[in-house]
Amino acid sequence: MLEDFEIVAGVEVHAELATKTKIFCGCTTEFGGEQNTHVCPVCLGLPGVLPVLNRQVVEYAIKTGLALNSEIAEFSKFDRKNYYYPDLPKNFQTSQYDLPICLGGHVEIEVDGVKKRIGITRVHMEEDAGKLVHSGATISTSDVSFVDYNRTGVPLLEIVSEPDLRSVDETVAYLEKLVQTLDYIEVSDCRMEQGSVRFDINVSLRPKGSDKLGIRTETKNLNSFGSVRRCMEYEIERQAEVLSEGGQVIQETRTWDEGRGITLSLRSKEEAHDYRYFPEPDLVPMVIEREWVERVRERLPELPDSRRERLLELGLSAYDAGVITSSKALAEFFDAALDKFKDPKTLANWVMGDFLGLLKAKGIPVQSSPVKPEGLAELLNLVENGTISGKIGKSVIGEMFESGKGAAEIVKEKGLVQISDTGALSGIIDKVVNSNPQSVTDFKAGKERAIGFLVGQVMKETKGQANPGLVNKLLKEKLETM
Amino acid sequence: MDLTQLTAHELSDLLASREAGAVELVKAFFARIDQVEEDVKAFNIFTRDRALEQASKVDDKLARGEELGPLEGIPMAFKDNMCTKGVPTTCSSKILKSFVPPYSATVVEQLAQAGSIMLGKLNMDEFAMGSSTENSAFAKTCNPWDLERVPGGSSGGAVASVSADEVAFALGSDTGGSIRQPAAFCGVVGLKPTYGYVSRFGLIAFASSLDQIGPLTKDVTDCALVMNAIAGHDPKDSTSAPVDKPDFTKSLINDVKGLRIGIPREYFGAGIDPEVDKVIRQAITKLEELGAVVEECSMPHTEYAMPTYYLIAPAECSSNLARYDGVSYGYRAPESGDIVSMFKKSRAEGFGPEVKRRIMLGTYALSSGYYDAYYLKALKVRTLIKQDFDQAFEKFDILLSPTAPTPAFKFGEKSANPLAMYLSDICTVPVNLAGIPAISIPCGFAGGLPVGLHLMGKAFDEGTLLRVSYTFEQNTEFHKVKPSLGVK
Repeated sequence: MLEDFEIVAGVEVHAELATKTKIFCGCTTEFGGEQNTHVCPVCLGLPGVLPVLNRQVVEYAIKTGLALNSEIAEFSKFDRKNYYYPDLPKNFQTSQYDLPICLGGHVEIEVDGVKKRIGITRVHMEEDAGKLVHSGATISTSDVSFVDYNRTGVPLLEIVSEPDLRSVDETVAYLEKLVQTLDYIEVSDCRMEQGSVRFDINVSLRPKGSDKLGIRTETKNLNSFGSVRRCMEYEIERQAEVLSEGGQVIQETRTWDEGRGITLSLRSKEEAHDYRYFPEPDLVPMVIEREWVERVRERLPELPDSRRERLLELGLSAYDAGVITSSKALAEFFDAALDKFKDPKTLANWVMGDFLGLLKAKGIPVQSSPVKPEGLAELLNLVENGTISGKIGKSVIGEMFESGKGAAEIVKEKGLVQISDTGALSGIIDKVVNSNPQSVTDFKAGKERAIGFLVGQVMKETKGQANPGLVNKLLKEKLETM
Repeated sequence: MDLTQLTAHELSDLLASREAGAVELVKAFFARIDQVEEDVKAFNIFTRDRALEQASKVDDKLARGEELGPLEGIPMAFKDNMCTKGVPTTCSSKILKSFVPPYSATVVEQLAQAGSIMLGKLNMDEFAMGSSTENSAFAKTCNPWDLERVPGGSSGGAVASVSADEVAFALGSDTGGSIRQPAAFCGVVGLKPTYGYVSRFGLIAFASSLDQIGPLTKDVTDCALVMNAIAGHDPKDSTSAPVDKPDFTKSLINDVKGLRIGIPREYFGAGIDPEVDKVIRQAITKLEELGAVVEECSMPHTEYAMPTYYLIAPAECSSNLARYDGVSYGYRAPESGDIVSMFKKSRAEGFGPEVKRRIMLGTYALSSGYYDAYYLKALKVRTLIKQDFDQAFEKFDILLSPTAPTPAFKFGEKSANPLAMYLSDICTVPVNLAGIPAISIPCGFAGGLPVGLHLMGKAFDEGTLLRVSYTFEQNTEFHKVKPSLGVK
């Protein structure tokens, strides 16, 4: 049944901007904090207050527009979006309607090796609402509800895509790319678990080969790529079922019930709000000077695509390059380490293996890693020049995470320097050979594997400090003379 | 000598010469208030203790031999739509009856800085919507010239308090004439400054693109002094103009020779009271005698000003007043059950009929499908009205008209007919749409009631308005005539 239809999807992304203060007042945007402590008369919308636009918000919007290949408007303004909800202290949201700051643009995605360009319709600035805390499950089933206004007035960017997405994979790839870009240009913390990025998914189906758009539904407020995937899969199947039975999809706003894994109707088109948009009279329109845009463009950091391209040229696999460039912090870590340790492939193996593994185990982000890029490079140089073995290296990096000490310091303190001294090793080899006559016999009988056991014994005797290549060589020489 | 009858600058001279003290002034004004307030009902609340405390600090300064600023120690009051930290600010509405702002409006801070002493907060039409102060949820303020008549509105309490000598001056707000029309009705000087000249931060909004705070004073000199204290850029108000403010008292020049005054004929149309017309014509003759060059002119889009205003102002008000919902401050209807009923009941019970009428008008005008035909069209006509003024000011330095087509009317005379009430602002509304400054000064009497002369100027050219007003005042005696109130 699904194979008869083509999926048409578009996404609205709301991203909280990483400014220090709110969009229209000086309150902190810091997440958390005791309820209703990050507030002032302005963000509380008290009678008589007026908004003053935070310039940094406009700069971040410009930066985002440039990163998404949008046109930055020369003239832009704010509008009021009027609707009643108790988390909205003024009962209107100051947003942008017909003259958004960024128009057009696109993002490149790649799904199963196929590249595709996804269009951006617009990017606009707006303020976030507060947070409701209910005594029950929902506002209508609660005896009492409370409002926390800490988040009220936190700046948001709304990024609207064209209906260019044709599958769940494309949608998720687009969102990943978008979030990755916002992270690279450092306009948003992109902390999904804190709700700093939220997605509204518009999806409709049409018979394959048709160029008419089907009736769409919009599912609001998803906050992880996983939920987007599950929600879309459910919604596509639901719509396909309706259509296959000859029914009609109802144009409506839906909500995702994560627990039950289903979407539910929130309000129909008839019940849709009439937002009565009109120009915000308390703010003057913005004339965005081209010199400003150019200054922002000059300071724009390297974007994920070009960074990934650079890593591929260094000889990394597509997979490795993808993982390393998935976050700006990791990509920068890699580059900084590469500055001091010149083998990209070995570095990539260590970064993606032990380094990320330890970070994950400890639940710390790359930025706050106790092991800095120079530290990792120092360790890898010790391995490469044979001062320590790779195996010892793995224990040293663990120690570096624990103690915060440098690799050379740990190696020195613990006496982990690799034994590459032939004289020192031959005594141990003699001892091992003498106490394992069976292995010697096996080796002589042509069982090549027996040497592995003997090498292992030598490593054990030296607590892993012996140079394994050298041990192998010396052992072979010894056995051949026997 | 009755201290309360003096102007602010006269009182300031008395303080400077140590002939009077600040506490003495405050006591004198409260004595006057005790005498007449029962009849006038200008105030919503008094801040007597606070005022005495502040005044004694001024007296301390005097005792130390320090010099005072021009408004220091001068008793005054604010229209009750300007936020005063720790003092209830109600907009004369049930919905804000319990509201005590945690912050002060910029103008309140500025006057505190200047050392003026607040005696209380003044009655008004609810949320500044009205032309008679009959829309107050609390009391009907009476015109000190005739207690059977309205003081005008919406700054009715503010003008009545000045006219009845309960304060030396007051601050009002003007969205479509709310400073000037009552100033005319009560025989005081009222200036609506250029939009953006005085900060709106802390002024509880009615219509954001039209609202402007201005002085209500006993003479033109005081008007200039108050402007010196309150005009200027405020970083908290994005619509406040980034201009340097002049010393407005420099414009107090007794000379209008060669000044070109335009008389737009559309402001003298049907509905103008013949006696008012006569008084205004006499004022024009007076200005001509003083050397001004007067010529009639036309402002063709004037007739569209009222419909334009009654789309833009209600549209903005419908959004500005949406926040009064009972959630975190103000009136909340008891026993509402669910959130939607709480919104509906709180607003239904909290707002008066005129406020509801305008919220509904504005909501309608902004609704999807009507926006282009109403709100957008109104914005375009607003531009045409502005252009009328631009063209007129190519030829004239100022424009002149009556402030209101009639003198003060009786209670109830127009309250049943909103349209008739709206028309009392017909001469003042175009000024707000154009964002220009205008002043109303006493210029005579019609049937024993004051008549106001309305002078309109170029944006940020308050100076010329003050100069013409000052010249007229120096050569007439109208501003010295006091209502007989209280002199029983």
